[in-house]
Amino acid sequence: MSDTGYYGRPVLKRPVWKWYVPAYFFTGGLAGASSTLALGAAITGNRPLARAARLASAGGMAASFPLLVVDLGRPARFANMLRVAKPTSPMSVGSWLLAAFGPASVAAAAGDLTGRLPRVAAFAGAAAGALGPAMTTYTGVLVADTAIPAWHGAYRELPLLFAGSAAASAGGVAMAATPVEAAGPARRLAALGAVMELGAARAMESRVGGPYATGRAGGLARAAAACTVAGAALTLVARRRRGAAVGAGGLLAAGSVLTRFSVFRAGFESADDPGATIGPQRLRRR
Amino acid sequence: MGFFTDTSVCIGCKACEVACKEWNDVPDDGLNFLATSYDNTGSLSADSWRHVAFVEQDGASGGVRWLMSSDVCKHCTHAACLDVCPTGALFRTEFDTVVVQADVCNGCGYCVPACPFGVIDKRESDGRVWKCTLCYDRLKSDLEPACAKACPTDSIQFGPLDELRERAATRLGVLREAGVADARLYGADEGDGVGGFGAFFLLLDEPEVYGLPPDPVVTTRDLPRMWRAAAAAALALAGAVAAGFAGRR
Repeated sequence: MSDTGYYGRPVLKRPVWKWYVPAYFFTGGLAGASSTLALGAAITGNRPLARAARLASAGGMAASFPLLVVDLGRPARFANMLRVAKPTSPMSVGSWLLAAFGPASVAAAAGDLTGRLPRVAAFAGAAAGALGPAMTTYTGVLVADTAIPAWHGAYRELPLLFAGSAAASAGGVAMAATPVEAAGPARRLAALGAVMELGAARAMESRVGGPYATGRAGGLARAAAACTVAGAALTLVARRRRGAAVGAGGLLAAGSVLTRFSVFRAGFESADDPGATIGPQRLRRR
Repeated sequence: MGFFTDTSVCIGCKACEVACKEWNDVPDDGLNFLATSYDNTGSLSADSWRHVAFVEQDGASGGVRWLMSSDVCKHCTHAACLDVCPTGALFRTEFDTVVVQADVCNGCGYCVPACPFGVIDKRESDGRVWKCTLCYDRLKSDLEPACAKACPTDSIQFGPLDELRERAATRLGVLREAGVADARLYGADEGDGVGGFGAFFLLLDEPEVYGLPPDPVVTTRDLPRMWRAAAAAALALAGAVAAGFAGRR
């Protein structure tokens, strides 16, 4: 029998998530990695970098909440996300993570700007910095924990891809917003993040292939890689020139956005293809 | 409790689809002409909780072999929809079925891509997800589900799962003896990737011919490995930040 199944109809349902979800993967990842960068800057006494990273984190959080609420079919019931705590649901884990990280991120930024309650702000900054890495990676588990072959099949690479993407964007934004002499750690984080992002994307494309290499998702992935490579290259010049830092930061952030939309898109293409579901399962059964 | 759908006696009357819609007050999803044999429902969805599939095949001795099968939510023993639901709206009932609590669901949509059968879906006009409840309200009143009640050929049978599995094995033996070599049970094995279906089937061809996945696996089976990958990636990120500060200024 053929791989097209029943009149070529998909076996799986397409996700009902809209663009808000990959947009949140970007803003949430940016916020998470920025908080960890800010914590490092605070520990090493780098005040300009700490402020820039705290503001980037709070900005990312401010954008995240509306994106997450608007995507719900019943936005008024968003608080039901904290009705239970379920380790089997990455979305439940993420909701509790956000409930802790979000206020901490905003409090750290507010403390930095106003200078009020320095101890509370320091504690909030430390908490946000410690939770930051989890903020960047749980979203990879969130998409992998589905029946969609392109998402589930990439569960090994997706968290690293999202962590690298978040690091590149956080480093990029911080180096654009910080005087060059204080932005060294941001530049190095951006470069390391870009390497992680490109490496994970390459591994995913060669191991899972399919929609990550072809179609619209493949096009988005190539555009993401081009932006990330260009941004990383420009980071080398950004040591001397603030203009270059702004350009590099913009390119890295764009690459990071495109990476998330590429993964998102690949899931739809994979869900729409009955052969992607049936083929591997039939091989497994033999 | 569960369903055994014996497709070898399904006559494609769609009484199950109608009975389900009537009893559960499921809204109409349009009068569509799909040009796929007698199937104008298409697939299970938020507004179709029973779906009769019609497959026309070239018969062995000329003519047409016409397969009909009434599909439904599988009420998996290890249900991915239930596992990933962040609000607890999806729960396992006292009858071992899987049901959405409409007053809790906030329409996050996570269950939709998690289901390996493409059963549960969001009703756009309403914002929440819907699927077969195995007539939870009827079960509580000791009534059998509406589709099983309406089925004129007993293609849809309702009862305790171990009893249904026994009946299915007997029926499979009878069909095999009569020379129906392709007959098989689908979802009756508790050792499969979803721990066995609460609604299983007797099919007359490969599952994929009916639009069913041949070897469904609950996605959360790999979740511990996914969390480990996420933890490793989080450590890598923390390491990258630390390395940035360890370097020159």
